[in-house]
Amino acid sequence: MKTNDKERKLIVTVTSSPTQPSDERIGENGTGIAWRLSMWWTILQTALEERLVYRGDFAIGTLMRFLPIITQIFLWSAVFDAIGAQSSVDDAGVSSADDMTQGLEIGGFGFRDMVAYYLLTMIARAFSSMPGLASGIALQIREGEIKRYLIQPIDLIGFLLLTRIAHKLAYYAIAVFPFALVFYLCRDFFAGGWPPAHVLVAFIASLIMSFLIGFFFEAAIGMIGFWFLEVSSLLFIFMLFSFFLSGHMFPLTLLPEGVGTFVQLLPFKYLAYFPAAVFLGKIPEDQLAFEMMVQAGWLVFFIVLCRVGYARGVKRYSGFGG
Amino acid sequence: MSHSNLSQSDNMSPFEGQVAKRVGPHYGKVFLTFARNSLVRDMTFRLNFILQCLSSIGWTAMNVGFYLILFQYTGSIGEDTGWDQDRFFIFLATTWFINALVQAFFMPNAQEFSEMIRTGGLDFALLKPIDTQFLISFRRIDWSALSNFVAGLLILGYALYCLATRQDDPMIPSAMSVVLYLFFILCGVAIMYSLMISLSATSIWLGRNQTLYNFWFYITNFSRYPMEIYNRGWGQSLYGFFTFVIPVLLVVNIPARLLAKPIDPRTEYEWMLVGWGLLATLLSVILSRWVFKMALLSYRSASS
Repeated sequence: MKTNDKERKLIVTVTSSPTQPSDERIGENGTGIAWRLSMWWTILQTALEERLVYRGDFAIGTLMRFLPIITQIFLWSAVFDAIGAQSSVDDAGVSSADDMTQGLEIGGFGFRDMVAYYLLTMIARAFSSMPGLASGIALQIREGEIKRYLIQPIDLIGFLLLTRIAHKLAYYAIAVFPFALVFYLCRDFFAGGWPPAHVLVAFIASLIMSFLIGFFFEAAIGMIGFWFLEVSSLLFIFMLFSFFLSGHMFPLTLLPEGVGTFVQLLPFKYLAYFPAAVFLGKIPEDQLAFEMMVQAGWLVFFIVLCRVGYARGVKRYSGFGG
Repeated sequence: MSHSNLSQSDNMSPFEGQVAKRVGPHYGKVFLTFARNSLVRDMTFRLNFILQCLSSIGWTAMNVGFYLILFQYTGSIGEDTGWDQDRFFIFLATTWFINALVQAFFMPNAQEFSEMIRTGGLDFALLKPIDTQFLISFRRIDWSALSNFVAGLLILGYALYCLATRQDDPMIPSAMSVVLYLFFILCGVAIMYSLMISLSATSIWLGRNQTLYNFWFYITNFSRYPMEIYNRGWGQSLYGFFTFVIPVLLVVNIPARLLAKPIDPRTEYEWMLVGWGLLATLLSVILSRWVFKMALLSYRSASS
């Protein structure tokens, strides 16, 4: 509710305040580009300010989010120990406990890779997770607030995307400190060190695309609100599936053959698994470009889906009263 | 007519006779009323109830899937700990029982408690002629969370069946260990409850404790695996801390060990742990009661 008030105020200032320099500029050149830029800037600023109010609480909260990683470290080290012990019984040549877990891999992930994987999915999730996006859209549809996007010269999806970008930027501005701290403490788990430059570029590109896929995917689900007023339980099921299928729970390569191939074809993996796998070099070099293109393809698909959903939804929509 | 009753009624002399015959609420009946009201409320939104049940079953299925995949690669969790697939699934079922009970009975109440402090609604709870902690802790029951309990039963049944009928080293738990298992599940719930009520009581001092409340989820995350996995390197400090200071590691581990018997015969150390578990339960219940009362003393209503 609070944010909605703020957004409404924001729209009022952007669209109606005659003292705004941006409005004068519209009068000057009439292109609207400058006006648009200044509107974006205002949205960005508001979101940043909103975020920075609770920065202390927020930084601590982010640090705590890493606590489950500790459990994962111990769980997987126990698992790899047990596998090591098993295989050393089978083949008595191995001498020390360290050697045993050294070369072991399950699903292409060694122990250190596994921990690094969980850390990297935290980054990927920081980009791709969109708390409250779909439910927010559904709420706006239900409460009729969506009307204002139909009569004002502001595009709903564009506006939401901008606010989301701003929120995320503000988020990273603060979260970078706890993230850096945790990654510094866990640097030994990254056995390969920094990946080569082109992989790093691919990693960053895949993160940006995973943000966009996350956004348009959830926004498309929010558009279902035009047909069913209550989407919260549907959303919960989606989140459940995405937790499992995105690879947030474990690397998707651990899945058994048939299921694994199928899950790899789904778009969920771009929300967590894919960027982490790119960083760790688990995507073969010669397939990297192709895989990136597939990700871009999914992005286009979700943009179209979201736009079509919105256009069709608006046609169905009828708003009454003021 | 005992002396203490008389001294209590000193300041209410006109009603001396009545007060001496102590009039108090029947806690069992009050609890049943709460339970019934919650069930009526849950059944009002029946589809929502069913969907909630389905989604928790889905969550269970995903966890089971994850561990099934895990045990495709390994024989046990940890070397020589005895936590093989069947035994670990007993452990998992235990986690599920305790979580289901906590989520059904205490989670909605703890959430509401924090909210009552913030809005000043606690005033009305304090005025009622019933123990405030009881009223706060049992007012609402989330019946749909009990679907996890059923899921836990299924997992447990399957794991026990597999354990009893498998080729190498089959085991059927003794009647004694089943009794102990049930008892220590209740102890585990009591520890979790104490932790939760203490954490939510701190919101009296802190005003709003969203972070602390999340902290609860992260702490209990440690209880989800056999405690041996922490017993190495720097994990030992965690092991010590979560066994002796905030005993969340005992919550699931003790009942699960008693039933699944991962190490046969039981070691001296295990029995010491069980003894400590009993003591820790008592201590945490008493301590949380104290924290709750202290917190109430500092409560200054959110006046209108």
